Amino acid sequence: MSNVLVFAETRDGALRKIALEATTAARAFADSTGGGEVHAIVIGPAGVGAAATALGEHGADVVVVAENAALGNFDREVVAATIAARASAGSYKAVIMGFSAQGRDIGPRVAAKLDAPIATDVTSIRADGETVVVTHPAYANKVIVTLAVTAPTVVLSVRPSAITPVANAKAGRVETMAISGDPSASKVVVKEMLQGGKDKIDLGEAPVIVSGGRGLKAPENFALVEALAAAFGNAAVGATRAVTDDGWRPHSDQIGQTGRQVSPQLYIACGISGAIQHLAGMRTSKTIVAINKDKEAPIFKVADYGIVGDVLEILPVLTNAVREAKATH
Amino acid sequence: MKIAVCIKRTPDSESRFKIAPSSTGIDETGLKFDIDDFASYAVEVALQLNEKQGPGETVVYAVGPDSVQETLRKAMSMGVDRAVQLKADAAGLQDGLAVAKALAAELKTGGYDLILFGKHAFDTSAGVVGTAVAELLGVACVTAATKLDIANGRGTARRELEGAAEMVEFALPAVVTIDEGIARPRYPSLKGIMAAKKKPLETKPAQIGAPRVVVKSMELPPERPAGRIIGEGPAAVPELIRLLQTEAKVL
Ligand SMILES: Cc1cc2nc3c(=O)[nH]c(=O)nc-3n(C[C@H](O)[C@H](O)[C@H](O)COP(=O)(O)OP(=O)(O)OC[C@H]3O[C@@H](n4cnc5c(N)ncnc54)[C@H](O)[C@@H]3O)c2cc1C
Ligand SMILES: Nc1ncnc2c1ncn2[C@@H]1O[C@H](COP(=O)(O)O)[C@@H](O)[C@H]1O
Repeated sequence: MSNVLVFAETRDGALRKIALEATTAARAFADSTGGGEVHAIVIGPAGVGAAATALGEHGADVVVVAENAALGNFDREVVAATIAARASAGSYKAVIMGFSAQGRDIGPRVAAKLDAPIATDVTSIRADGETVVVTHPAYANKVIVTLAVTAPTVVLSVRPSAITPVANAKAGRVETMAISGDPSASKVVVKEMLQGGKDKIDLGEAPVIVSGGRGLKAPENFALVEALAAAFGNAAVGATRAVTDDGWRPHSDQIGQTGRQVSPQLYIACGISGAIQHLAGMRTSKTIVAINKDKEAPIFKVADYGIVGDVLEILPVLTNAVREAKATH
Repeated sequence: MKIAVCIKRTPDSESRFKIAPSSTGIDETGLKFDIDDFASYAVEVALQLNEKQGPGETVVYAVGPDSVQETLRKAMSMGVDRAVQLKADAAGLQDGLAVAKALAAELKTGGYDLILFGKHAFDTSAGVVGTAVAELLGVACVTAATKLDIANGRGTARRELEGAAEMVEFALPAVVTIDEGIARPRYPSLKGIMAAKKKPLETKPAQIGAPRVVVKSMELPPERPAGRIIGEGPAAVPELIRLLQTEAKVL
């Protein structure tokens, strides 16, 4: 019977999908130990506590709300201190969060504060006596490592989209607590938030990704990639390092070993050779389509469906066909 | 500025990996090793900052067995002034917090303005050590920066969030972990390689505890089924649509 504390991440006052994924993972872990409690903590400006309902519906027995008017944008130091304070006040076998931009930053801080060992970017969690056993894709997804983490409390972060949020209604009883740390004393201050566009779907969450490489020949030809993505409706646009390095696309769009790691339902590689570092970021996609004029291009080794030909010619035809297929469905 | 960069020795990421017979590690025969990719960007960032801002010192640290000395020399051949090996068994390096403690114990008294790390090491793909060192030292930390500027004792950095980005400001001393987009590592020059042989490399025992994160087993991910070319040119589009609808069921 082990209790678990989950950090339920929010942005602009709204719960992130990863928060429900982490809560789902926490619920499953607590249940596997014979039914411990899941406590989900939300930290932010007044009003974030409204997220409590969704957390209760996904398996949180208790929702701990730490609101403070002085908290605006992601205040990493206060968030970490508040999680650590709650973690030390209770008896938790695990502190779980997402391996998101926030969780990447918060996890090691909480681990250091609690002197608790940490495993990040995990895809499964189970208890084995006092030890917590997790799996983690390492070596840029080329090796699956099973790690044994042993301590009274361990810190874990789960890989985004690896766990499907499951509705599992629990009490979701709300407790409030004060934040720890002083927001005005934070050593790192957010000066500006740059929004990627409100309706822009994130690469990590998009069911469909259309990616372009140097085979597109010129930055303006990415309009063809954008058009195909728009035809799907639920698609994001990715890129190779060759084109982010040349400034055709922002670095945040880069997929691969040193970029984002994605596994959408459908990945369409347009004018991409399929270098091993690019494959490291997308080879776990469910279905891969590749368009390349060179039939020997390595991308065809991993493509479920390959078309040999000029991407500039094929993309407009494909975009129309997808639009039609969507319209008749 | 006085800048420290913590680097790890990792196998070349282009390698094909095999699992060792013990199944708790990879088979290292025939693999090439180098500075881990993101840490090599961090070395480049440090060198550029000190080149731009005038007199400074760049020092590299690595926790690990004697094989890391080669990695430290490589960094010195790129232009780093000196190196420190914190000697430890390879088996202990899976525990990021333990590695962070060993580094923090050493860096605490170093008087550094800036301490740089990679966003994550290729082998662990964990992203723990840098941010944990910052926490242990009680200094400002920017995790996974894609832009970094330092001026007048203050830093500004950019971090990517999912679908957004934040611009942050911080005071020195600080820890920054380096993501893609800031710098590509230079190749050592022949002169650099010669000079590196004479640069100081200090070795001392790492203050590292017993690891609480250990590898139980490793396996290769399942292979994808062999790829298939379905046709040529725009004429293949209808077949693709049909397969996406009926076979893959994603349309
Ligand atoms: C440490 C390290 C990390 C790296 N990390 C990443 C990473 O995270 N992500 C990443 O993507 N790369 C990464 N790379 C770079 C990687 O090795 C490749 O250089 C890069 O992926 C190539 O991009 P590309 O496929 O766009 O370009 P290219 O390799 O130049 O391929 C272009 C392709 O387009 C095809 N083509 C040309 N014209 C047409 C046309 N008209 N129609 C159809 N096809 C056409 C060509 O046949 C070719 O296959 C990394 C490299 C290193 C060393
Ligand atoms: N053994 C080590 N010695 C020195 N630096 C390290 C070591 N392990 C990790 N680092 C640094 O910490 C970064 C993140 O590593 P990790 O937390 O393992 O993903 C690396 O890119 C290095 O900059």
